[in-house]
Amino acid sequence: MIPEIGQFALVLAFVITLVQGTLPVIGAARNDAAWMAVARPAALMQLFFVAAAFLALTWSFVVSDFSVLTVAENSSIARPLLYKITGVWGNHEGSMMLWVLILAVYGGAVAIFGGHLPAALRARVLSVQAWIATGFLLFILVASNPFVRIFPAPLNGNGLNPLLQDPGLATHPPALYMGYVGFSMAFSFAIAALIEGRVDPAWARWVRPWVLVAWCFLTLGIALGSHWSYYVLGWGGWWFWDPVENASFMPWLAGTALLHSAIVVERREALKSWTILLAILTFSLSLIGTFLVRSGVLTSVHAFAVDPKQGTFILVLLVIAIGGSLGLYALRAPSLKLGGLFAPISREGSLVLNNLLLVTACGTILLGTLYPLLLASVTGQMVSVGPPYFDAVFVPIMVPLIALMAVGPMLAWKRGDLAGALARLKAAFAAAALIALVTWHYLTNGSWLSVLGMALAAWLIVGSLVELVERLRLFRGSLRQSWARARHLPRSVYGMVVAHAGLGVVVLGIAAALTWHSAVLRDMRPGQSAKVGPYEFTLRGVQEVPGPNYTARQGVFIVTKDGRYVTTMKPEVRHYSIPPMSVSRVALRPSLVADLYAAIGSPDGSGGYAVRLYRKPLISWIWLGALIMVLGGGLSLSDRRLRIGAPARKSAAYPAPSAIAKGA
Amino acid sequence: MTRKRRRLYIVLAGMVTLGVATALMLSAFRSDLVFFYGPTALIKDHIPPGRRVRIGGLVAMHSIVRDGDHVTFVVTDKRTSVKVTYHGLLPDLFRQGQGVVVEGALRPDGVFAARQVLAKHDARYMPPDVVAALKKAGEWQPQQVPK
Repeated sequence: MIPEIGQFALVLAFVITLVQGTLPVIGAARNDAAWMAVARPAALMQLFFVAAAFLALTWSFVVSDFSVLTVAENSSIARPLLYKITGVWGNHEGSMMLWVLILAVYGGAVAIFGGHLPAALRARVLSVQAWIATGFLLFILVASNPFVRIFPAPLNGNGLNPLLQDPGLATHPPALYMGYVGFSMAFSFAIAALIEGRVDPAWARWVRPWVLVAWCFLTLGIALGSHWSYYVLGWGGWWFWDPVENASFMPWLAGTALLHSAIVVERREALKSWTILLAILTFSLSLIGTFLVRSGVLTSVHAFAVDPKQGTFILVLLVIAIGGSLGLYALRAPSLKLGGLFAPISREGSLVLNNLLLVTACGTILLGTLYPLLLASVTGQMVSVGPPYFDAVFVPIMVPLIALMAVGPMLAWKRGDLAGALARLKAAFAAAALIALVTWHYLTNGSWLSVLGMALAAWLIVGSLVELVERLRLFRGSLRQSWARARHLPRSVYGMVVAHAGLGVVVLGIAAALTWHSAVLRDMRPGQSAKVGPYEFTLRGVQEVPGPNYTARQGVFIVTKDGRYVTTMKPEVRHYSIPPMSVSRVALRPSLVADLYAAIGSPDGSGGYAVRLYRKPLISWIWLGALIMVLGGGLSLSDRRLRIGAPARKSAAYPAPSAIAKGA
Repeated sequence: MTRKRRRLYIVLAGMVTLGVATALMLSAFRSDLVFFYGPTALIKDHIPPGRRVRIGGLVAMHSIVRDGDHVTFVVTDKRTSVKVTYHGLLPDLFRQGQGVVVEGALRPDGVFAARQVLAKHDARYMPPDVVAALKKAGEWQPQQVPK
């Protein structure tokens, strides 16, 4: 019964999106207030029915209703409750449900919090949101229905891929999707602006909070995913340039560029059509990411087995969405008025360079990710583009970007003073030079890249702090004056400083972990010891341990340093019966100074076990830095400018439809 | 500073960035692309020793010989077999009869020296590349996937 209600709710939601996608946008063109007013209740009803369908599916998972095919294929009775719930999105059908649920949440958020938007813009934005929802709901109903029944119902389900049975999975996909799908708001605002034919600072101010929200969630989602692969996959790596990781990283790069170019539109009314294009591209990359991950064209833990019909359907959606929006852009962008002038060396100039570098980096990753697919479909030759390619291409593009990040904020709008900015960054120069020397001195297994990485990190962190000190006039006036300035400084400035410094922390973590890690990969018998950096790992024994729906082979390591006991680590290999799989579960002792990491592998047949032991200094700073970046985004989001003051839109009345036609 | 001038600067900066990026990509593509072969194609296409490639196939039955952390095994598509030697830790799901992808290079003596062994964690799972290699050799039988 419950699944049928879910199915019914989905159909209702689909019908509502048809109404929401047509009436308000027509009403906006005709200036008909009643038709435009349909948008808000429609968006809320859409949210209600999609949420009802999602809850129905969740219910089927919780009570293990194996007459529902999706549940039978992806769950089992013995599974802990938490993983029954996270199992909802641990499969193809459920993850698409999560996708449309989040899309509806964003639409509902505009309906609730969008009170300050002009009625016509709000109507158009919600209509565009509804077009996206129409496409994806149709996809779910036609090609990927989660409520399909089977008869007779099996007694037990096939179970979830045990790799996904992990607390990280409870948070990683929702956060990632909040980011991916959040960029649909930027997309809808961009399309609405194109239809309307105007982009102005007020538009940029309205769209910015949505971009910020999406960016924060995407940053968080990527960080969680990276941490998950660090402690679950058992190889001690934290980023593999896996196509699926790239699929989430590309919208992040484009979204970061968008975040910055929207500032230029808001402050200086320049880069307008570029910002619209970026908004379209960012969401297109999110869609491409969804397609890559969900169509099964990639080999990855994320690629659920799906039938080709689904892949084709998503591809068609993709072509319509990207092709249509780019077509509209080509048609309407020339009508956008050009904005304010600026010199090459200026805040705007540095943001242009930021955008160029970010988009180029994004393009190189896109090419590297798609190249194997293209080559395989054209020539049939299979090829893999691995980390060496991405390291060789991505790093050289990031170096100037990070160097620029400390300088850009120091430049004035319109015309900046490069020499003055560099002079103020003396402290950052000094810090970078000092760190470079120290790194050089203690270099064990790194290269000059380690030195460069550490120096860049110091440059960026100290440079960001210098920016704050300059703004507050610390050390130059009385403390009370600085305090007064600190209180009046916009939150977005704090947000920028924190987020930039956060990236510095990430770079520091990456460089340090690459430079000073120690690794031991060998066979160990119980009783033997291995030295990892200053630590001594002794394998006490290996035992069989029962779990709720698996049995584990657990190694017990006693870790000592200079003869003193430090900790006991118990890495496991878990053997599941439903489905039959083995998953290694590493033992991790994280700390801000250095992570200790132990993984146990298969027996070698003569009493020994393959083990992997690592000591990774500062590696947790990578995720700490990402969290700092998210915090910076949150600070920026709380800026009061984004909440009030937006109605400063120029008083020119909305252009009548005929005027738009002439302008186009 | 006119509008035209500004556009010129932006276009120039864009072209420089793109040019540098293209140069980087081309040089990376020349050295860092790793091609994939099945055992039959590896022999038939005369892949020269020393070139880094990936090969995929099934781990032949009873072919795994372990000596500490040094191991040799045979990768086969049921038509052609290639002996592989590897120094290091094998993934948990490395078994005889299972699909495997190995990255490394042929030695002059015809033995494949692996730098990395990739096996998927799912016992049911067969890497698509291996499926393609088996299909090419005419040895592919769709496995039974429990429904």
